[in-house]
Amino acid sequence: MNEFWVLLTGSLVGITCGLTGVFLILRKTAMIADAISHTVLFGIVVAFMVTQSLSGFWMLIGAAIAGLLTTFLVQLLQSGGLQEDAAIGVVFTSLFALGVLFITLFAGNVHLDVEHVLMGEIAFVPWDSWEILGVSMPKAVWMLLIVLLFNILFLVIFYKEMKLSTFDSVFALSIGLPIVAMHYSYMTLVSLTTVAAFDSVGAVLVVAMLIGPAATAYLMSKSVVGMIVWSMAFGVMAAITGYYLAKLWNTSIAGMMAAMIGVLFMLVFLFKPHDGWTWKLFKRMKIKDTEVHVES
Amino acid sequence: MLTGNLLWVLIGAILLGIAAGLNGTFAFLQKQSLVGDAAAHAALPGIAIAYLVTQQKDLPILMLGAAITSALAVYMIQWIVGNSKLKADAAIGFVLSVFFGIGIVLLTIVNQSGTGNQSGLNDFIFGKAATMAKSDLVWLSSSALLIILMCLLFFKEWKLMIFDPVFARGVGLPVERLRVLLTALTVLTIVTGIQAVGVILMAAMLIIPAAAARFWSNHLGVILVTSAFFGALSGALGTIISSVRTGLSTGPIIVLCAASLFVISYFFAPTRGFIAKSLKKKAFKQRNVVKEAVNHE
Amino acid sequence: MDALQVTNLSVAYEEKVVLQNVNLTIPVGHLTGIIGPNGAGKSTLIKAILNQLPNKTGVVHILERPLNPKDHTVGYVPQRNAVDWDFPTNALDVVLMGRYGHIGMIKKPSAKDKQIAMECLKNVGMEAFADRSIGQLSGGQQQRVFLARALAQEAEVYFMDEPFVGVDAATERTIIAILKDLKAKGKSVFVVHHDLQTAADYFDWMILLNRTITAAGPTEQTFTEDNLQEAYGGKLFFMDQTKSNKTFN
Repeated sequence: MNEFWVLLTGSLVGITCGLTGVFLILRKTAMIADAISHTVLFGIVVAFMVTQSLSGFWMLIGAAIAGLLTTFLVQLLQSGGLQEDAAIGVVFTSLFALGVLFITLFAGNVHLDVEHVLMGEIAFVPWDSWEILGVSMPKAVWMLLIVLLFNILFLVIFYKEMKLSTFDSVFALSIGLPIVAMHYSYMTLVSLTTVAAFDSVGAVLVVAMLIGPAATAYLMSKSVVGMIVWSMAFGVMAAITGYYLAKLWNTSIAGMMAAMIGVLFMLVFLFKPHDGWTWKLFKRMKIKDTEVHVES
Repeated sequence: MLTGNLLWVLIGAILLGIAAGLNGTFAFLQKQSLVGDAAAHAALPGIAIAYLVTQQKDLPILMLGAAITSALAVYMIQWIVGNSKLKADAAIGFVLSVFFGIGIVLLTIVNQSGTGNQSGLNDFIFGKAATMAKSDLVWLSSSALLIILMCLLFFKEWKLMIFDPVFARGVGLPVERLRVLLTALTVLTIVTGIQAVGVILMAAMLIIPAAAARFWSNHLGVILVTSAFFGALSGALGTIISSVRTGLSTGPIIVLCAASLFVISYFFAPTRGFIAKSLKKKAFKQRNVVKEAVNHE
Repeated sequence: MDALQVTNLSVAYEEKVVLQNVNLTIPVGHLTGIIGPNGAGKSTLIKAILNQLPNKTGVVHILERPLNPKDHTVGYVPQRNAVDWDFPTNALDVVLMGRYGHIGMIKKPSAKDKQIAMECLKNVGMEAFADRSIGQLSGGQQQRVFLARALAQEAEVYFMDEPFVGVDAATERTIIAILKDLKAKGKSVFVVHHDLQTAADYFDWMILLNRTITAAGPTEQTFTEDNLQEAYGGKLFFMDQTKSNKTFN
């Protein structure tokens, strides 16, 4: 049964992050997600300092605020004349350092150690249950389901608007779409997804899960819907294979899932028919061959 | 207060700050700041592999392992961007998180092997500048000195290469080789600093002083000096502050010192700072209003 | 009725003035070229008119009313290189985006929207490419898809930013035929253009721009050597005197 919950949690992380990650790749904001995954630590610590509780609800609020703050600060520094990559780098490392400092200063004796935040502890997921509407499931599963629901709702309502503002924001603005509000709503969703996922799998796997499956799907798909389906599928595949390999080699489950995301990406990148790397290499060699033949 | 080891830590932190400040400026100008972040995260698996292979935790060996995987990560980012439709941000995020994940996997294996628990490899995640051994600090300082020297030596070439690579090639500079050298030096800077400030915050040492210095001038020479000064100052302040109160990790404090310098620069730097700009904008608007009023008459 | 009325429009970034005191009144039913040297603020003018720049001052009326996207009076073709053509979607889908303003939030495109989009693709001669990934289209084909999307907006006033840049001759002919057709139907079209050779043939109305308006009006009155010299700051040389004589009769 425990194994079931761990696998379910991992798969839910794969599905939720896979879904959210698609627009991160398409909007070229992958590194802002990386930044947010680091700064939610800051949000959670501040939420803890204010409320003195570690309840999931306050963590979600703290993370959402941290995510918005990160997005806003990056935008602010950019408008102040700093290039985007440096703006992201300055904001997230500073807030992350502040989060680490706050933990050592004010929250040293609670269950909020930094290594846990980074690597998560998915194996402990089954031991922390919530009962909602008479159903008892692990807290992580509940949180992931709720955030997944938010994600699905957002995309059901704003799918075509998100698509248009991502593809052509200038045109979207000209037909009156509120592109700034949409950007911040989406970044809030990214923050919520991050915090729901990282309690169980840690900040680093969240980044891997947000970016990796969607990046792999980007290479596979000709439509946004196709990309969403592939991305979720890759997320689940990485979660399940990662879990069993971690069990086999007795190592970090979250780390192994991230490694499997890397493996899946490389498989597609190298071997996808027609535009995989080896395929192209082969084609290039063939062209050279025919050229030689023509010359002779 | 300045006991023997603390003095060494202070020297090491200052030299590291200067090295990262100089090198970070070049990375900043190439818009490669986040590549440094990825390279820093990617050092983790290298450290674990070096330990697993040699069963030793001498700093030079671990540094070598870290350098190999860091460089591999940088190369992989370029390879992915060059050979697919994936954009740089996605490639950086992907490489960063996957390498770090693999690092965690290997680190867990190290920790579970009998001797591994005492290996202290976990310190590489957040750094432990204040408690570094003297021999390690000597390594750190000499490596930082080498980086500083190289930056001064190739200042002119890199300046031209970043500003106008086509022209640089035209005047016969080996642009590709210079680029590789710069990347190698970035990797070396990261590897030098990770034991002191940790893989996650090492990127901050490269990014923040350079970004802060950018607000003070438009001349590369001035930016480099300012960035090096900010790096040294945050290294020194961070070390001193964290030594006063026990239990504070040095890495985050150094980064927060750098961040404070950044905030000061962002607001108060003359000409490019926020306040100076706002004032100028206001004056400009007033001038325009006067002009328009004159036009209407 | 005036298609476009601009009063005292200025745009400035920090201390750099991009547009200063632009005043324009252009009646409906014209094919208007917006002409000027690089950096004259041609694209900025369109963006300012479409209310996309926060740092603009002045008043803009389209069809004698302030711009309101909900009126669906305005169609827009942004610069082709402003978007990422690796985006995973096909040609028909991009044209369908032109219907989004009409469809409204939340709702999905109807069969009728799809039919309109298909007709617009047919108009630009791209119906065979409806299912093609946009990344696989040539520059000219991409530009036609963008034009089809604007047509799908079924607007009264169209703004097009450099639609002739980087397209093949066949596409250029198709586009200009469609523009003239729009004009024949009583629509107003504004086109940012930089090729002086073709300008007089394409447009019956001109806006000569260099940071501010140097001349605006019917082509035969505005497109004169004096006005052009003023717009281009005297840097314009007419290599081929016979041709320029013909053009500037």
